[in-house]
Amino acid sequence: MNVPAAWYLVLAALLFGIGAYGLLTRRSALIMFMCVELMLNAVNLTFVTFSRTLSDISGQAIVFFVMVVAAAEVTVGLGIVVAVFRRRSSTSVDELSELKG
Amino acid sequence: MTAAATAFAVPSVLVFFTSATLIVVGATGVISLKNPVHAALSLIMTLFGVAVAFVAQSADFLAAVQIIVYAGAIVVLFLFVIMFLGVDRREQVSVEPLVGQRAFAAAGVVITVAGLITLMARSHWVTGAMSVSNGGVPIATGQGNVKELGTAVFTTYLFAFEATAALLIIAVVGAVLLARRERTNQGEETGS
Repeated sequence: MNVPAAWYLVLAALLFGIGAYGLLTRRSALIMFMCVELMLNAVNLTFVTFSRTLSDISGQAIVFFVMVVAAAEVTVGLGIVVAVFRRRSSTSVDELSELKG
Repeated sequence: MTAAATAFAVPSVLVFFTSATLIVVGATGVISLKNPVHAALSLIMTLFGVAVAFVAQSADFLAAVQIIVYAGAIVVLFLFVIMFLGVDRREQVSVEPLVGQRAFAAAGVVITVAGLITLMARSHWVTGAMSVSNGGVPIATGQGNVKELGTAVFTTYLFAFEATAALLIIAVVGAVLLARRERTNQGEETGS
């Protein structure tokens, strides 16, 4: 008998919360991307837990697609970070304030 | 499940707490370590913990993909960019650019997570019909369900699968375009 699904769901909620806190407080764009990865992983864990509990394979298929989209997102995101760094010599998001009114 | 009605198998509890420790310690490291390289290594720790949780819930294929794609490709890409840009100097995390930002962020996150857990604990954690998308047949647990996953991806989700192929091509082209350095006509600003 596996542990209840509630344990894994609480763990996923905690992981999501930690990732959200890091995304809100850190200034480096690279660290913020890592925090987005943490939040995506929390959601993946939730999907797999629901898939196990409901005995339905769709949850795992969706996790597969989330991973593909995460890989694409990181590729483009890091490309943007490299392009911004080339102009500003910094990855701090506080210095990107040209659009401020 | 043998004698006690409330007892779960001891190995599954141990596996859960192992993965929970890996996940929480790694995630805390990601958000608190100053050096981006250390944060990326903490991220690997969290990803391994999530892979352990996947194996414990009989998602074997996803655990392998988690290690290969996330720890093997995405984190290496992070480390590559960190070293490439030379930004592995420490971020000043003690200063707070906006007054009260950390307190508000912590309060918002605590309220959201606590509200979510309370909401789920006061109702049912998981609701819904069993095994809808596999036609009422429960998926295999314990001996791997790669076959079911492959069947689902290549039949039910075939269109989404093809769309991800297009998405990856677009992402690669976009990344090349963004990271490319214009070597000709140095004098004028070219492109973005």
